[in-house]
Amino acid sequence: MTLRLTDVAVARGGVPVLSGVSFTLEAGSALVLRGPNGSGKTTLIRTIAGLQPPLSGHIEGAEERVAYAGHADGLKAMLSVAENLSFWAAVYGRRDIAPALAAYALTPLADRLAGSLSAGQKRRAGLARLMVTGRAIWTLDEPTVSLDREAVAMFADAVRAHLGAGGMALLATHIDLGLEAQMLDVTPLRADARQRHGASDEAFL
Amino acid sequence: MSALLLRDLRLALRAGGGFGLGLAFFLILVVLVPFSVGPQSALLSAIAPGVLWLGALLACLLSLDRLLALDYEDGTLDVLATAPLPLEAALAVKSLAHWITTGLPLVIAAPALGVLLNLPVAGFGWLVVSLLLGTPALSMIGCFGAALTVGIKRGGLLMSLLVLPLYVPTLIFGAEVARRGATGMDAQTPLVLLAGITLGTLALLPFAAAAALRMTIK
Repeated sequence: MTLRLTDVAVARGGVPVLSGVSFTLEAGSALVLRGPNGSGKTTLIRTIAGLQPPLSGHIEGAEERVAYAGHADGLKAMLSVAENLSFWAAVYGRRDIAPALAAYALTPLADRLAGSLSAGQKRRAGLARLMVTGRAIWTLDEPTVSLDREAVAMFADAVRAHLGAGGMALLATHIDLGLEAQMLDVTPLRADARQRHGASDEAFL
Repeated sequence: MSALLLRDLRLALRAGGGFGLGLAFFLILVVLVPFSVGPQSALLSAIAPGVLWLGALLACLLSLDRLLALDYEDGTLDVLATAPLPLEAALAVKSLAHWITTGLPLVIAAPALGVLLNLPVAGFGWLVVSLLLGTPALSMIGCFGAALTVGIKRGGLLMSLLVLPLYVPTLIFGAEVARRGATGMDAQTPLVLLAGITLGTLALLPFAAAAALRMTIK
């Protein structure tokens, strides 16, 4: 059970942003992606989640095992927190949302409409979604945005528990979560933006 | 899949979900027709099948921009694309939810509006049958159009321009069934063609819509 990237290159809007990305993630371990804004962390995570194909290289072990959390939380404002999480649990063929609610202290908010939550509470509900998927590889793009210090600790505990159960996590974050994690600085992997692959049509779309 | 259907139905019924907007538009449009063409009952009864079909089609079109755009904005589509549910199935289910909340109410309301337009008695059954057979195709084609334009800011007009030509075969045969039924002619041929168009649409367009959506969220 490993996630292995071999010489992966990714593009955003037709412009290559990263190339030569290689790493191996074993069960129970985490990898933190570092790099300045615009360095391609989000694009790499979306590629691993299967939302876009890599320009070149191989990704092994990601198929049907990735739970993706992007900048948006995937919550419906007019559904309650419990309804939102139950929906995602059902999509992934699961039912029990109580542990996820408890892990992010959402139990008192379970019947509130997601639209009435604060930004940090919404983020917690969005992160709780990862727990109800039951997927092994969590890919998280800036997961701690708008979280307070306690919520960051809840999140770190949830990731630690997930790793302890044999899961994996791939995070793009600027905050030190106190996790035992490998680091990958993507800054030196910046691709030559002049090699444009099918740039015109992809940039248009 | 049933979870997605239930969620979409629930969202449509909650505040701001847009349930009934298409229906209200249909009602108003059809009520305006006698005002615009005048109280000539013979003329109204001649144009009634066509007006009802055009009204239903426009009402369907009106609600399409909500079909995928809201899910795109809040990140739901990204997560759905990585979920175990195939994107083709997810889009077919979303089209079904759209039909239940938009198409089906139009089918049910159409006979009542037929009275306003002096639709001949023989035409009511045919009108309902033709709408029942035709409106699922409108939702599915609309879903394809929505998938093509979901990533474009204010793509609503572009979507209308893309979707309306694709609605032409359904409109031709659907209105023809209703017209022939109303005038007492044999309506079997257009009915079979309408059913064929709908079945072909339901079989093929989920794949086209999913392909378009994958390109958009890439």
